[in-house]
Amino acid sequence: MADRIPSGTRDVLPDEMRELRAMTERVRAVFEAANYGEVYTPALEYERTHGQDEDGPHPAYRMFDEHGNVLILRTDMTVPIARLVATRFATAEPPLRFSYFAHAYRTVRPQRGHSREFLQAGVELIGSPTPEGTAEVLTVLCDALQAAGLESFRIGLGDVSLYPALLDAVGITPQTSERILEELVAGDFVGVERELGRLKLSASDQELLLRVSRIRGGPEVLEDLSGPLQQAGTGMKAVHELLPPRTAERIIFDFGLVRNLGYYTGAVFQVYDPAYGVPIGNGGRYDELLGRFGRPLPAVGFALNVERLHIALNAEARRA
Amino acid sequence: MPELRIAVPRGALFKDTLDLLDRLGLDTAEVRDNDRKLLFDHAGIITMRPSDVPTYVEAGAADLGITGKDVLSEQPERDVYELRDLGYGRCTLVVATVEGDDPVQDALRHLGVVRVATKYPKVATAHFLATGRQAEIVEVKGSVELAPLTGLAEAIVDLTATGTTLRENHLVVREEIAVCTARLIANPVADKLKASQIDRLLERIDAG
Repeated sequence: MADRIPSGTRDVLPDEMRELRAMTERVRAVFEAANYGEVYTPALEYERTHGQDEDGPHPAYRMFDEHGNVLILRTDMTVPIARLVATRFATAEPPLRFSYFAHAYRTVRPQRGHSREFLQAGVELIGSPTPEGTAEVLTVLCDALQAAGLESFRIGLGDVSLYPALLDAVGITPQTSERILEELVAGDFVGVERELGRLKLSASDQELLLRVSRIRGGPEVLEDLSGPLQQAGTGMKAVHELLPPRTAERIIFDFGLVRNLGYYTGAVFQVYDPAYGVPIGNGGRYDELLGRFGRPLPAVGFALNVERLHIALNAEARRA
Repeated sequence: MPELRIAVPRGALFKDTLDLLDRLGLDTAEVRDNDRKLLFDHAGIITMRPSDVPTYVEAGAADLGITGKDVLSEQPERDVYELRDLGYGRCTLVVATVEGDDPVQDALRHLGVVRVATKYPKVATAHFLATGRQAEIVEVKGSVELAPLTGLAEAIVDLTATGTTLRENHLVVREEIAVCTARLIANPVADKLKASQIDRLLERIDAG
């Protein structure tokens, strides 16, 4: 065992490290130019800081300090920065802008090449509500990807409150909604249809719910929305209208994008590249999280997985 | 190059899958004529074992794939979208034992644990856990029917279509776990970036 490292971790050697460094430096320049000052926080946090978010990323690694406190390795930088804002910037005038390049730690699924330790590059914008804050962060995200050298990327933009609101509007109980949302999060549309089929819904409601979960595409999908969909469409439209053309053309509206982390409250986004089969990063609004630390402020941010970004860059180069 | 690349399972679902692709307007003649070739670029088809389909689709090496629900149930952690129940390839995942008194009951009463041989260790584990029985799951790669006949296990969890193989080996179905049919799965990124192509294909599938 002495010569081995834990599964899901890896060594980085000089050639790769040079490429990674060059890429993150280009990204860092974009963050700096947009006034997102870089911060670093401890890899270790108290478990009680992280909280017990049901759907959030679960801390995989716990340890005790010499006083018996439970410590965790952070699962992302969003929660530490929320803590940082509430404690170190308790009276600072919002909006506050921070960026980071830091490792996060999560559990791996066996034999899947998942990383226990992975480098994230991201920003958090605290105290700027939607649509302005969301549009600003999306713009920084696209500029960072462009600066990294990625060409064909797209950003999926959804809203975590959209589908639950729709389920509520047609009179589905929270408990049943949860089951349907679980199928949707798992990407099991056969399961969504089965769960909806079990309910005594009108044919038009059932058709609507199934159709909405699959709506994704350019600005044309926001046209002609009616009823409960209109409000959700209005929110996305408002964000879209604030985007400069170079950012706007990258957006895919995605009504089925429901949630990936527990603390998201509104807009959520995901980064895709046609050359690579898995998302490269994600982000969203977390308007409730800061309140948990005693400084209620709306917030939005994103995190790019640096290693995946590098893989996507290489995959694009191979395709060209 | 076609707009979409589809992973097609060789084996029990192969013929029905090619028939479906024919109806959708793909040219499968070369695939039918060629047992050994794996990559059919001009038709947008790659062929593989059914259990490999989710692997290729998850990685984006194929945009879409067709495989059995049994395969998907055994690989629940795969990050793929399940888009359609295609209806064909209907099979049942069952618990089966030798004929006569149920050896599962006997093993549980006297030994507290039942040994179960299967190619579906995750499905079997989940089923016995859900029904409150302690099971020792023995994973085998082929001919599961041999296990209860030789004393390797008291029961098997396996897929059966007609029950012929079970009957020939004097095994009987004790419990049905799930009905499995062929499913259309998609890579989540392809589902966003090639949305209109995939939606067009789904429309043609739904039109029957």
